[in-house]
Amino acid sequence: MANHSTSDTTAHGSQDEHSFDTKAIWRTFWILLCITCVELIVGMFIAPHFPHHYKIWFNLLYIILTGAKAFYIIAEFMHLRHEIKNLIMTIAIPALLFVWFITAFLWEGNSFKNLRQTLDPRDVKKAEQVMEEPAHPEEGTEHIK
Amino acid sequence: MAESVTINQKWWSGGKSPFNVEYGKLMMWYFLMSDAFTFGAFLISYGTIRFSSAAWPDPNHVFSSFPFMGHTHLPLVFVSLMTFILIMSSVTMVLAVGAGHVNNRARVIKWMSWTIVGGIAFLSCQAWEWTHLYQENAWWGRNPFANYDGTVASTNFTNFFFTITGFHGFHVFSGVIVNIIMLIMAINGTFERKGHYMMIEKAGLYWHFVDLVWVFVFTCFYLF
Repeated sequence: MANHSTSDTTAHGSQDEHSFDTKAIWRTFWILLCITCVELIVGMFIAPHFPHHYKIWFNLLYIILTGAKAFYIIAEFMHLRHEIKNLIMTIAIPALLFVWFITAFLWEGNSFKNLRQTLDPRDVKKAEQVMEEPAHPEEGTEHIK
Repeated sequence: MAESVTINQKWWSGGKSPFNVEYGKLMMWYFLMSDAFTFGAFLISYGTIRFSSAAWPDPNHVFSSFPFMGHTHLPLVFVSLMTFILIMSSVTMVLAVGAGHVNNRARVIKWMSWTIVGGIAFLSCQAWEWTHLYQENAWWGRNPFANYDGTVASTNFTNFFFTITGFHGFHVFSGVIVNIIMLIMAINGTFERKGHYMMIEKAGLYWHFVDLVWVFVFTCFYLF
């Protein structure tokens, strides 16, 4: 401890030993495990019994659960929750850009689909092509991009 | 936590570190931010293509195998095992960081070793999964799986799957290498001579980030 640089000492001093107690770590682990199990049970046993157009609601559920898992990993495992506000903000504010990226690009993808369906009759035909036997690959798959 | 930070402290008036962390740790956070945007770009382009497609293969159908189980239909079981392994190795990594905080070298060595074991186990699982899919004739540019409604799927599905899980697997691989270096340094007593285990903490941040990315890859490829 004697040959600490000044910045190291301040960094060390700010960390509370209690924040690393194993109880909190294991609690986070159980939360993550439970959320993953819920996702899997819904994905394996519940979602397949619903018609396909319900999928958007299941996806919304997965997004919420994934967001919760991401929060726990960043806040507890990566310890960000226990850092000072300046550090939290320098990470959290740039990450907000993702909200816009996801909204804009998924909107764009959906728009591609609608445009092709109205403007390109070949694309509609391609989308209706039924796959034969799953054993060997289709030659036709190469052309569809 | 809170008691070490006075609310009205003037962080930006000079004389103190405004983020209250070591330089290297702050830079690790910024590196992880840039890496997050790289992964984000991959996953968002995947989402864009998927939204622009009329239909897409069903993950419950594609990912339904388990080693030594033959053709038994076990949807998502293997990938849940992989998820469990990665979360578990994240826990052992936090325990190693915690042991470093109280300068307990023996426990750092123990938990770092378990983290490395977890990382190698995850990579082995991924190697099996890739081999299995390759044998089913799935690869970059080849897609044997039909869409959920039975129509012909494009190769976008396999291209994105192998690129993104491959990029993530490469991150896990580098994380394992970094962790092995940290373990060797801990065994040699490098951190004890330095007087602190800050490097374990930085390696830990990277390792948790890899786990964090897997959470999103898991949702985007196996659940949606």
